[in-house]
Amino acid sequence: MVYKKRLDNRKADETRLVEAKVGVIKRADGSAYFKFGNTWAYAAVYGPRNLYPRFLQDPSKGILRCNYNMMPFSSRGERVRPGGSRRAKEISMVTEKALLPVLDLNEYPNSVVDVFIELPETEAGSRTAGINAASMALADAGLLMKDLICSVSVGRVDDKLLVDLDYLEESYEDGPVADVPIAFLPKSGRIALLQMDGLVSKEQLAKLIEMGREACKKIYDVQKKALKDKYKVAGDIDG
Amino acid sequence: MLQGDKMSKLLVKDKEVVVPGEILAEGMDNLPGVGTYRDENEIVAGRLGLTYIDGRTIKLIPLSGKYTPKRNDVIICKVIDINFSGWRVDTNSAYSAMLSMKDATSAYIQKGADLTQYYNLGEYIVANVTNVTSQKLVDITMKGPGLHKLKGGRIISVSPYKVPRIIGKQGSMVSMLKKATNCRIIVGQNGLVWIEGEPDKELLVEKTIRKIEEESHLAGLTDRIQRFLEKETNIKLG
Repeated sequence: MVYKKRLDNRKADETRLVEAKVGVIKRADGSAYFKFGNTWAYAAVYGPRNLYPRFLQDPSKGILRCNYNMMPFSSRGERVRPGGSRRAKEISMVTEKALLPVLDLNEYPNSVVDVFIELPETEAGSRTAGINAASMALADAGLLMKDLICSVSVGRVDDKLLVDLDYLEESYEDGPVADVPIAFLPKSGRIALLQMDGLVSKEQLAKLIEMGREACKKIYDVQKKALKDKYKVAGDIDG
Repeated sequence: MLQGDKMSKLLVKDKEVVVPGEILAEGMDNLPGVGTYRDENEIVAGRLGLTYIDGRTIKLIPLSGKYTPKRNDVIICKVIDINFSGWRVDTNSAYSAMLSMKDATSAYIQKGADLTQYYNLGEYIVANVTNVTSQKLVDITMKGPGLHKLKGGRIISVSPYKVPRIIGKQGSMVSMLKKATNCRIIVGQNGLVWIEGEPDKELLVEKTIRKIEEESHLAGLTDRIQRFLEKETNIKLG
């Protein structure tokens, strides 16, 4: 069987329904959620704040700590065991590396900015949703940032090149599948994250990156609107 | 306008909310101010904020964020540690501050004296920031008018960027609050507010401050708050 039409009738370059909101966690210094269809990521930012143990402190700049966590009931399969796993640790690390190129923490020596990404519901593409939410939450926390970060997963199912694979596409069994999570700096178009799992040719990958770039433009608009909506009324400030 | 600046273009209005990475202006005619940076031909927002166009300079006014200690700020802090040379206090920011013995009180402190009798752990003080280093080592002093230990009352926390609104023009807002509720109120630049008075009045002050925080962007804030306080207290103000 050849994969011709997407299972949920989307176009090849169409993402799942995207939704975002800023300022959803009151006690955090910055927060946001971001949804790709049924994948739902919350991000909460705390800091800059005191960093202990002391040996972790960097006197030249503040550090960023990310924590990716799937909630026990979030997956469609087995219950996810709470606490860190090898996978969560890796995703926390790549999230951190994806966000660092835009963050300027030079003003905050010896301190830390903590980002907690919690996923109440997941159906593929969770790290990209987490990065999108985290970048909005960091902006909401008032940190100095060169740019936002937009992220989407692209991939290949059988011979089709697709944007924003869902769970059923990622686990397609009748042909080769590749999943390529990717993140961009929307202004400069530079890449902040690029991972790959599966089989793709060089030409396909080049094409996928371009498809991701296009999809990220739409995601950027959603992020921008969500941030402005929270502060919209602030625009009427007088004197 | 100078010749050759035909290409220069301002892309935002004054007092518009912008997100990091948003292009504010093109061309070399405008200058990047606080919170923005220049990327070749463009001026770009370096944080989330409100644009403020000051002649040729484009600045960003922050809308959110934590407090960063600044020199000469009057802040409310909590004593968290005591060591040989003085007290360490929490400033509601990423950095704690040091209150050295000579800045703590005008009284003579004998060598080996029990420092807790001056300021004990967990107590709140109003202090003035005397110095902030590049590594964000903060020194504070208790010597100055209005600087003292806080006894009783309650502390609430607000966004440090809303503090000017709570104080009002020449302190108009806070003095109105004081008059209406008969509470003693101290607003620290770091976003901590101390309130002391009748318990129900303390709660009214807190409620009013939350209202100010929420509506700080809307025009006619002082009038609205005045009407609110008059209704709550039945005291004629102004």
